[in-house]
Amino acid sequence: MLAVAADRVWKYFGDYPALRGASLEVEKGSCMALLGRNGAGKTTLLRILANLSRPTKGEIKTAIGKTGIGYLGHGIGVYDDLSAMENLLLFGELMGVADPKQAALDALDRVGLLRVKDGLAREFSRGMRQRLAVARAFLHRPEILLLDEPFTSLDDRAIAVLQSLLKDALSSGATIVMSTHQIREAMELATHVALLERGKIVHTGPQTPEMLLDPGWLYRTYGEAS
Amino acid sequence: MREKAIWALGLLGAVVMIYNLHTVFLNLPDEAMQGAIYRIIFIHVPAAISAQVFFTVSLVASILFLVKKNHAFDAVAVSCIEVGTMLVLVNLVTGSIWGKSQWGIWWAWDLRMTSQLMCFLLYLGYLVVRPAIAEPTQRATMSAFIAIFAYADIPLVDLAIRLPNVRTQHPGAVLETGQMAPMFIPPFLVGILAVLLISTALVLVRLHQETSQREIDSLRRELHAL
Amino acid sequence: MPHGLSTAFAIARKDLRTELRTKESINASASFALVILVLFSFAFNLERDEFYAISGGLLWLVFVFAGALIVNRSFSRELPNDCLDVLVASPAPGWAIFLGKAMAAFVLLTIVEAISLPIFGLFYNIHWMDSAGPLVIIILLATWGITIVGAAFSAVIVNVRLRELMLPVLLYPILIPLLIAAMGSTTALLSGEQMTGDNFSYIRQLIGFDAMYTALALYMIEFILVV
Repeated sequence: MLAVAADRVWKYFGDYPALRGASLEVEKGSCMALLGRNGAGKTTLLRILANLSRPTKGEIKTAIGKTGIGYLGHGIGVYDDLSAMENLLLFGELMGVADPKQAALDALDRVGLLRVKDGLAREFSRGMRQRLAVARAFLHRPEILLLDEPFTSLDDRAIAVLQSLLKDALSSGATIVMSTHQIREAMELATHVALLERGKIVHTGPQTPEMLLDPGWLYRTYGEAS
Repeated sequence: MREKAIWALGLLGAVVMIYNLHTVFLNLPDEAMQGAIYRIIFIHVPAAISAQVFFTVSLVASILFLVKKNHAFDAVAVSCIEVGTMLVLVNLVTGSIWGKSQWGIWWAWDLRMTSQLMCFLLYLGYLVVRPAIAEPTQRATMSAFIAIFAYADIPLVDLAIRLPNVRTQHPGAVLETGQMAPMFIPPFLVGILAVLLISTALVLVRLHQETSQREIDSLRRELHAL
Repeated sequence: MPHGLSTAFAIARKDLRTELRTKESINASASFALVILVLFSFAFNLERDEFYAISGGLLWLVFVFAGALIVNRSFSRELPNDCLDVLVASPAPGWAIFLGKAMAAFVLLTIVEAISLPIFGLFYNIHWMDSAGPLVIIILLATWGITIVGAAFSAVIVNVRLRELMLPVLLYPILIPLLIAAMGSTTALLSGEQMTGDNFSYIRQLIGFDAMYTALALYMIEFILVV
């Protein structure tokens, strides 16, 4: 059963086709690592899946509504001038969470920010801001998580928190689509991989031991000549 | 074929205009009170009428773009607005000349001229902002939005300048077209036709240019995609 | 309360909370208003009584210039940290996000106006307290018009180059029918007239403008937020 599918999606930005007929199927409960070089179109595809951008051609098929999507893009998506608690309360309300206050406290506890819940996000260290961003993305227990290079530039503590949250999410049946540069932490969690090369999905399938052991293997085997 | 049609239209418009000017200058007598300058009405008013026609077309085109997302509608909208704004400028300049000749002042805040000036400013905003948006789909969407807002303002402007104690209620002069003597009506109507023909030709030229530009853009896209 | 409306209030509260914490746009806007009030006093060398004739015009020029600064921030405040993405990706309807921001801008501009009005009365020796009731109504009506249209354009140009220059070019012409009514009615009020008879047409104009652009903006904002 599919959580989400992209069907021959094209996206133009002016002259430039960021996505050229990309097709992708994501099984429910799987963790898909979306691989590709910079400029391949990973961010564009994730944004389209998150309803932030409309495809120029093609369509997205999903049964999951906006309340079920957790999105973590390049920006952390929290307000600098609100406290951690205020941020999560707001997003809890926006996402239609039943008890926003309790959900916020739970989320802050989970990422280790409960102690500083009333501190303004502006005052947090970088690692703390990243953990707050992660808390926001997981707050409403989304059915599908769309994460754009989430492990890039995280400190150790944030990486541990994120991995733990992702494992929990997977074990409760959530689906994950995560773009990555084959970072080990991401590959360990992935059940499936997809390779995006210049706007097209050139390979998709389950994760194999070769991919985990040898970072460049996938690019060499399925990618176009570099 | 299309180019020939545009040339034919423009030529027809030019011929009608020349014929009309001939009638206006040679066959019609000077008007009783205004002297020779009244002849400017045969350009002044048709320009305003044509502008309104094109702005209305641009409104429909803008709405259709937002609904259908077809860039052809955007091309029609921008072509009509550019030519329409130019026609408003013609109306303003001829009105100013007429006013100077009649009353000795280059500008009087009378109802009609003020309304046209407001129109000019509204669409000037469209013309200024449009080139500042780099991405074509965004540009077309934002332009359509602005065009709809601008058009909606015109009736409000006309109401506003009729409010009590507004400067337009006490103008230094009023360019009254008033009742037209029967002998002036045929050249007047022919004048409207002439201006409409010529400006339609201009709109088609601009449309052709916009469409060609898009064709070039999409060829460039194909090249990038290779 | 319907979900969309409560979302709008949540976003309005958020905007107000962040703004009142930093006071960035209020300070800039109020300072700007003060400077303009002073400048205008040098621009016109009129007798005390003559000021009443230009009072409405002057006041609304101050308010709309200050207002442009405030509405400009409406959507641009969502750009740091990509917060706008999170809002748009959420189930919150586009109109609710927009309405919340318009409401917050409305409150902020009203605060700036509340600061400017006494100063205006002081500098120009205008006794506005006598017609405070109707004056407040006019101010609220016209301020809503400024903020609803301003917030809409703020969303339109949030990603455009030279945003601060583009907003005035778009905003002021559209506001002209509103400003004419606001200026005329304010001058009439401050000169001791009532908002009855002919003068009531000012109020009608303000309400008409507000109603039309509120409906238009709420309906159309969805096209702007996801392109």
